[in-house]
Amino acid sequence: MNILVCISQVPDTASKISVGADGKSINPQGVKFILNPYDEFAIEEGLRLKEKSSGTVTTLTVGAESGKEILRTALAMGSDAAILVKDEIRADSWVVASSIAEAAKELNPDIIILGRQSIDFDSFQIPSMLAEMLGWPNVSMVSKMSIEGSTISCERDVEGGREVVSSSLPCVISAQKGLNDPRYPKLPDIMKAKAKPIAERAPSAQQPRVVSADMHLPDTKRLNKMFGETEADISEVVRLLHEEAKVI
Amino acid sequence: MKGILVFLEGKDDGLKRSSYEAITAARSIAGSAPVVGVIVHGSEAQMQSAGAYGLTSCMNATSDALKPFANGHVAAAIADVAKTTNSDVVLMAANATGKDIGPRVSVRLEAGMLADCIELHADGDSVIATRPVYAGKATVKVKTTTPSTVATLRPNVFTARKVDSPATVNVQTAASSSDASARSSTVTNIVKNEGSTDVAEADIIVSGGRGLKGPEHFNLIENLAKSLGAAVGASRAVVDAGWRPHREQVGQTGKTVSPSMYVACGISGAVQHLAGMSTSKYIVAINKDKDAPIFKMADYGIVGDVFEIIPKLTEKISAVTGRS
Repeated sequence: MNILVCISQVPDTASKISVGADGKSINPQGVKFILNPYDEFAIEEGLRLKEKSSGTVTTLTVGAESGKEILRTALAMGSDAAILVKDEIRADSWVVASSIAEAAKELNPDIIILGRQSIDFDSFQIPSMLAEMLGWPNVSMVSKMSIEGSTISCERDVEGGREVVSSSLPCVISAQKGLNDPRYPKLPDIMKAKAKPIAERAPSAQQPRVVSADMHLPDTKRLNKMFGETEADISEVVRLLHEEAKVI
Repeated sequence: MKGILVFLEGKDDGLKRSSYEAITAARSIAGSAPVVGVIVHGSEAQMQSAGAYGLTSCMNATSDALKPFANGHVAAAIADVAKTTNSDVVLMAANATGKDIGPRVSVRLEAGMLADCIELHADGDSVIATRPVYAGKATVKVKTTTPSTVATLRPNVFTARKVDSPATVNVQTAASSSDASARSSTVTNIVKNEGSTDVAEADIIVSGGRGLKGPEHFNLIENLAKSLGAAVGASRAVVDAGWRPHREQVGQTGKTVSPSMYVACGISGAVQHLAGMSTSKYIVAINKDKDAPIFKMADYGIVGDVFEIIPKLTEKISAVTGRS
């Protein structure tokens, strides 16, 4: 089975975010960049499929030169090949999905696995956008999957329940937490991954369909009224919820 | 803009609240442009329920390919209706369905896609939206460069407003899609969760964290939730520890929620948790550590022992709501 896993490099959630000089994007200074957490599930699932059915796992990222760091993590985990589509950081999923679709048409995989969202722009767009571009089916936010022949059966969480979804291959899957328990790369494999080749390709020539006008740090404006645990204080909180906030 | 199409999702004899919210949002930016609904295998009662929110026209997509639910075919049907109704803006909820289908519709319409919006304004012939990025640590204003726009709206953030004089909704059957031979995934079964409302759809949420010290103490959270008619939520720590199911998890690796009131009990307020609940209207926090980051996000903070405070709070709230 020919498996393509697409990953992205994102700021660590714990990083402090500040708005950059352009007023439209973040200031990357002092921000620690990591492998998008959901992509770890995607890589792991790709590796498990390969181990079950034989085949190869190719890992691809669209982004800057520093994206090689996360590709090396994927190689250390067991990916067979790595591709960097060199591009500037895009706030528009359309261009990124176009770059992936162009690569996928050449690689001709049986399945493409991605994380359910990148935790930078949190758009949840690329998996189903990519599937539509390729004319493939997709299942998003998958927390359980199994393949039999050319049919994939998945489970995904929806509001109030769980959907069982089936699809033919090839198809696009996006990984939800719970899909698996990602492995940690072993030290010797991390060392070996440093010497492995990373192919590079040019990004799609598609123009962005979404532009950022300006970025702000949110103004939380919370009331910040503090109370102790006395009967009187708790009664006052209930009164305020009832009479001031009017939520009960 | 020429017109706005709103994707509607049925629930019992009405629609999901997020669909009513999308109708209200559409009407607020439409100006003189028409607002039309589109639903998949909608019932008469479901479609007519939208009249109370000011919808006057609804297209019902009823082709066999759409039942059971097939995301690729549904996206194609919505895009087709957008074209036949001359709608250049398509709105839907940023829920599990909308997040999945919206991007497909945008590709079909060659439209820019604005995801998980928390504000929406008319901007000349187009729309400008505000959306949270970087786990809610920043917000960005975005707009499309294309003639058409698809936007998904974060549930519970936009208010659903009834109109003074509801209209009868003019219902038409949508022509079936030309693309029936295309492959799509298909929903073969839906397993409903037992018990309370899903956190993603709840109006009030009571969440418990590590401060509860063990799964056996979550009855305190459940009782407080009962007194409020609320859903039960959980922090990542207690889900990872196996105390609560993943479907209850609020935060970056769980669900994003925007209830009218969020009560955080024994939750310190890690960035990942705040990412999932920071757009809640009112936040109440109970924690023994007065320096816990959750208090910075709280409207009403109570410093002290959750085991002392929650039962007292439950009793006093029950006295107001009459629920216990």
